[in-house]
Amino acid sequence: MGGSHVYSDYHPRWLRRKLSTYWWLEKRAYVAFILREGSCMFVAWFVVYLLLLVNSVVGGPGSYARFLEWSATPWVLTLNIVSFLFIVYHAITFFVAAPQAMVVHIGHWRVPGVLVLAGHYVAWAAASVFVSWLLLGA
Amino acid sequence: MIKRHPEPLLWMLFSAGGVLSGMLMPILVLLFGVAFPLGWLAAPSYEQILAVIGNPLTRLALFGLCVLSLFHWAHRFRHTLYDGLQIKHLNEVIALLSYGAAVVGSVMAAYLLWQVS
Repeated sequence: MGGSHVYSDYHPRWLRRKLSTYWWLEKRAYVAFILREGSCMFVAWFVVYLLLLVNSVVGGPGSYARFLEWSATPWVLTLNIVSFLFIVYHAITFFVAAPQAMVVHIGHWRVPGVLVLAGHYVAWAAASVFVSWLLLGA
Repeated sequence: MIKRHPEPLLWMLFSAGGVLSGMLMPILVLLFGVAFPLGWLAAPSYEQILAVIGNPLTRLALFGLCVLSLFHWAHRFRHTLYDGLQIKHLNEVIALLSYGAAVVGSVMAAYLLWQVS
């Protein structure tokens, strides 16, 4: 939409400024935005990883052991450590936005946003404890 | 005639996927991706993991987690490509590829989770 448009009668020049592809590097807030949006890529990767885990369990004890070995190889480990950081960032940014997206009423009382947020954190903690108990406890 | 737009439904899937992945994924990545490989904690034995994944409720939860997270990803990825790279003219192609990938992934998840016995 930039300079290629030449002004002519009945065809005014585009008023929109051409934005650089790297516009999101201009401000910290933009970088935070693109990191938040980008974090969804790690969510997608982890779905793939989970399905590989399920697949290895279907394959029997040998393939499950190979999956655990493969998980400890440097590149998978590195990817998963980075994924962990992004997935936590993803979770926090999503929960922080929840009070804006969710308006909760109990009777005529509107539940304050702080409580909606706190509810998310409590549920998050409970879910984490439950999953840990399921995998480590029994 | 009312023209139905899919955006609200896609947003609901996006939102549900955000909440569910937010609640369940951090601990799963921490355990399987970091703590077990580094030897901080012992990974579950095959019998244990089979018992956990073999439970129909676990499989239902994992299926929900996979499907909603994939649609969450698809929605966000699609919009980030529009805004970040300003390629709105590829609208249909990007939507088709991202939601298509989510559908394919969901079918694979269903198939794999069905195989566990």
